[in-house]
Amino acid sequence: MNIHHAQIRLTVNGEDRSLNSSPATRLSEVLREELGLPGTKSGCDAGDCGACTVLVEDEPICSCLTPVAQMTGKSVRTVEGLRTETLSALQESFLRHGAAQCGICTPGMLMAATALLEDHPEPDRKEVEDALGGVLCRCTGYSKIIDAVCEAHALKEKTPAPSAGAAIGSRMERLDGHDKVAGTEKYGADDWPAGSLLVRAIRSPHDHAHFRFGDINTWTSGKVGVEAVFTASDIPGENSYSVIPAFADQPALAETCARFAGEAVAIVAGEPEVIRNLDLSDFPVEWEALTPLMEPAAARDAAAARIHADREGNILIAGKVVTGDADAAMSGAAFTASAEFSTGYVEHAYIEPEAGSAWMDGNVLTIRACTQAPHMDLQDTSRVLGLPDGALRIIPAAAGGGFGSKLDVSLQPLIGLVTLKTGRPCRMVYTRQESMASTTKRHPSIMTASIGADADGRVQAMRFDGDFNTGAYSSWGPTVAVRVPVHASGPYRTPNYHAVARAVHTHGPVSGAFRGFGVPQAALIQELLYDDIAETGGFDRLELRRINALRDGDHSVCGQEMKGAGIAECLDALVPHWRQALEECESFNAASTTMKRGVGVASCWYGCGNTGLPNPSTVRLGITADGRLKLHQGATDIGQGSNTVITQICADALGVPVDRFELIGPDTALTPDCGKTSASRQTYVTGKAAEKAGAALREKILRFSNRASDAQIEIDPGSGVIRVVDDQTTLIAVSEMEPNDLGYCLSAEETYDPPTVGLDENGQGIPYAVYGYGAQMAVVDVDTALGRVYVRRVVAAHDLGRVINPMLAEGQIEGGVAQGLGMALMEEYLPGRTANLHDYLIPTIGDMPEIETIFIEKPDPEGPSGAKGLGEHALIPTAPAILNAIRHACGARLTRLPALPHRVLAAIRAKEATQ
Amino acid sequence: MDYYRPDTTEDALSWLASHVGQARTIAAGCTDLLAATPNSGLSGPVLDLTGINEMRGIAEQPDAWRIGAATTWTDIIRHPLPPAFDALKLAAREVGSVQIQNAATIAGNLCNASPAADGAPCLLGLDASVELASVEGVRPLPLDAFILGPRRTALRPDEIVSAIVVPKTAARGVSTFLKLGARKYLVISIAMVSARLVIESGMVSDAAIAVGACSPVARRLDAVESRLRGTSVDAALASLATDALVAETLSPIDDVRADAAYRSHSAAELVRRAIAAITTPGREVAA
Repeated sequence: MNIHHAQIRLTVNGEDRSLNSSPATRLSEVLREELGLPGTKSGCDAGDCGACTVLVEDEPICSCLTPVAQMTGKSVRTVEGLRTETLSALQESFLRHGAAQCGICTPGMLMAATALLEDHPEPDRKEVEDALGGVLCRCTGYSKIIDAVCEAHALKEKTPAPSAGAAIGSRMERLDGHDKVAGTEKYGADDWPAGSLLVRAIRSPHDHAHFRFGDINTWTSGKVGVEAVFTASDIPGENSYSVIPAFADQPALAETCARFAGEAVAIVAGEPEVIRNLDLSDFPVEWEALTPLMEPAAARDAAAARIHADREGNILIAGKVVTGDADAAMSGAAFTASAEFSTGYVEHAYIEPEAGSAWMDGNVLTIRACTQAPHMDLQDTSRVLGLPDGALRIIPAAAGGGFGSKLDVSLQPLIGLVTLKTGRPCRMVYTRQESMASTTKRHPSIMTASIGADADGRVQAMRFDGDFNTGAYSSWGPTVAVRVPVHASGPYRTPNYHAVARAVHTHGPVSGAFRGFGVPQAALIQELLYDDIAETGGFDRLELRRINALRDGDHSVCGQEMKGAGIAECLDALVPHWRQALEECESFNAASTTMKRGVGVASCWYGCGNTGLPNPSTVRLGITADGRLKLHQGATDIGQGSNTVITQICADALGVPVDRFELIGPDTALTPDCGKTSASRQTYVTGKAAEKAGAALREKILRFSNRASDAQIEIDPGSGVIRVVDDQTTLIAVSEMEPNDLGYCLSAEETYDPPTVGLDENGQGIPYAVYGYGAQMAVVDVDTALGRVYVRRVVAAHDLGRVINPMLAEGQIEGGVAQGLGMALMEEYLPGRTANLHDYLIPTIGDMPEIETIFIEKPDPEGPSGAKGLGEHALIPTAPAILNAIRHACGARLTRLPALPHRVLAAIRAKEATQ
Repeated sequence: MDYYRPDTTEDALSWLASHVGQARTIAAGCTDLLAATPNSGLSGPVLDLTGINEMRGIAEQPDAWRIGAATTWTDIIRHPLPPAFDALKLAAREVGSVQIQNAATIAGNLCNASPAADGAPCLLGLDASVELASVEGVRPLPLDAFILGPRRTALRPDEIVSAIVVPKTAARGVSTFLKLGARKYLVISIAMVSARLVIESGMVSDAAIAVGACSPVARRLDAVESRLRGTSVDAALASLATDALVAETLSPIDDVRADAAYRSHSAAELVRRAIAAITTPGREVAA
């Protein structure tokens, strides 16, 4: 029969519904847009990510690939249907196991797992992997998801809410977890004001092109529902931004020249039903394609045209660290090793494409969008839109993953422009292709390095030189160029050192921040060279690293005296695992011809926060007249857990249980600036500010009540009273106090800025006040006839100083290992060729090894309760440990990532040819 | 929007006949169609075949197995079939994810004509034909004459694929399927191999070996098959499929997943492993 909308009747979560949407519409769109069920997520509209998984007649399908006409008479179940009065056992299990980080994949995971559990209530790991293989997660590394599903039938006990003073160290559930597992969390695409216009962008199809617009008015005039088209000429402010204002060079909309494929040149806004499927291919823009400079070598050529007029040699910036005399020490070394290494673009591949909405709140332009850095969005968007202080408010939507890319603005200036110009609310949701083509990437690198060691294996010298392809605009290129030379020695004593890194412009995608800012790339070549030295000198590879590990009192390559350096302890912790793995490899390989097993090790260190530059966080804490305790927590939680961890730190400093806290923000109108969620700085820097604010409020309360320093503070929200108890009880009647203009009767606001010393021309100084450390060991099997690598096990020892929340910290490590594994074995973004999640591969649930986490707690003298950062550290050692394991297994010495099967096989053949 | 979802093949064919020469979308599982558009839905007019019961399911006939065009991969996995279909069932588990297998159809996989279609090598190895239906009647076409090249088939504008037919003469022996990709799930093949051997009295009496993702259209390896036929089954059997012999039939390309030389080599390695897996039961095989 011919189907019309009114004829489509279906059951959704047990309720009969009839639809107005066109029968050809994706079920996911109908659920989200027409039926008001945004718990079902759209990550790719291509069946590649599984975020949109729903159950139809109890079987999982991708709702993005299902025309709603096919649902006639069917029963559809979504995440909204899992919960009754309370969460289902599976949802509760996700919460208790810490299986949701950013939470964007959680609804898809829950639905796929529900289908499994209804057939197999007590599945094994293999069954879980098979059932969830079609849902991608970029945060968790899948371990905790597998545990949560396997154990949903026997729900593990809830970690009791920690009592006063016992929050730090507790495996408590994340405080913002309920909405993530319930499917009610609101991401950028999930919430918008009624009557919002929909915005889409016209983007350059060329890597480099000049362009001219034709008659836009004529194009627009025939199109009912198209409200407005804006180009660079409509931008009221300065049409250039950058995360580092001194390097502002990126236009919100390109003016006459597109410098990379995917760069926006115009935006179209109008009624959603018109704009959603509007054919933009006839938009009046005339392109004159120009020859692009795609590789740093070509861009650095003396004859190459400048991509930005003021940047000679297309070099954005170079960073350098020099100490001692590397050349002299190298020539005196007993063992030396050299290598070249290259890596490609790596895509963040968060499951949530960029999305957000904008509206006017009186005279204040308000933007609610995915971000890692609301105050930086405020700065960049205000600049582009020419808005004075107070005229813009940024409210971070829940972020469905970030990993560095959502530090830069994406659609914020664009939707801001539409609302500013039209006065109407609007929203924008990037397609997967658009997200991948237009947002930042990990810097491709071309590195050369050499290391020299004495007869005992003590490293005497290192030279490093790297070109980091920073793409068309500056973004975080300067940070990468500065961070890499500081870290390229690895966490090892290197008395003579010469390292240079350049950020080189090309017409490639903009390279920005991605978990580690260039350090993961540098670690690849450094750790390769350590294995070279071990091979030449006959040293045990782990032992070589142990004797070179930085220890307290040693000086880093920047001349900084190390304090609280826990790398030696991390390496020590691997020793028994290493010995066992070496034996295991030997016996396995004796019995196996084609499949060969190997073990590799690599380390990391990573300075937390900006490099030798200020980066303060400010935390406010207050008690209202009715006795409620509010924490203005401005550290954006993109899944890593700052909402929970910062509260844990603050709670212990104040001396009250975590469950007394109400969290405010982040929101630029409500929370002081806690800086950006990057550089592994939030637990340390914002944590320290929270610790100070908690301690300051405690002191105020104790002073006010004149009680002893160890008195117990008891908060009873709603009571209007604070009780302070030592040998007697004092009541503070906050209800009778005059609140300040922020509404608080008692409050504290504290700022913390890490004590650093800027680097001199040789990179000497104190770049970071706190470092975190780690060492990972990977066991891999290499199919030597096919070059396919299977990572079997990773043991990850990380020094966190003090583990604030072990469950969340494990999640960071498991997620970091997953991203490191992807980078090592499968991920390479090729502009114009892999802007989707089936040509660009990230690890699935079946690609992950068993991960054992070992926490080392060597307190840092500066960090809150001794804590250090972790977020980026977890990824850095994984890829080099895997490569070193491949080499141990089969001799393949890989110097290019990713180690795709054909490259591994070629390296095996090359090794065989030399034997 | 003209969206037609008939109950019978006859109605579908009449609709199609009345739309010849017009842009229209023939839809079933939609896992390729909707993956290929950024729009909110299919563009019309749409002929949706998923309402036709007779087009879904597997039937045993005296001389053949008939698989309805709109049979999903999950249907195939769950339907009891002779061991000759093991390769097809293994391939079915490799089509995207469980979510995809629940919607995607066997004929859709063939009509999409991707060089990396998971179903194609297995069906070639089963000597399958497609049944093409129009208002004028039904015409069978051998599968290797149906898929002409990447995204190209012999389907006429007034036709749909109504079924896949596997003759019983080919539904013999034991088969397996190996797929090589850079990750475990949701992966497009670098190379894949379907192998079916009929072994009688310790000899290979028939062999059907096909390779996908290493040529514009999946190919049967005639040279390897003839080498295998009449050979006794022993440990050396697999080694008859040399790299050179396998490469004869293939024309692989370089792409983001692998280079051509690797594809050719890995196809041969997979062929050897598939043969070994069939002739050495209980052996675990990696790919």
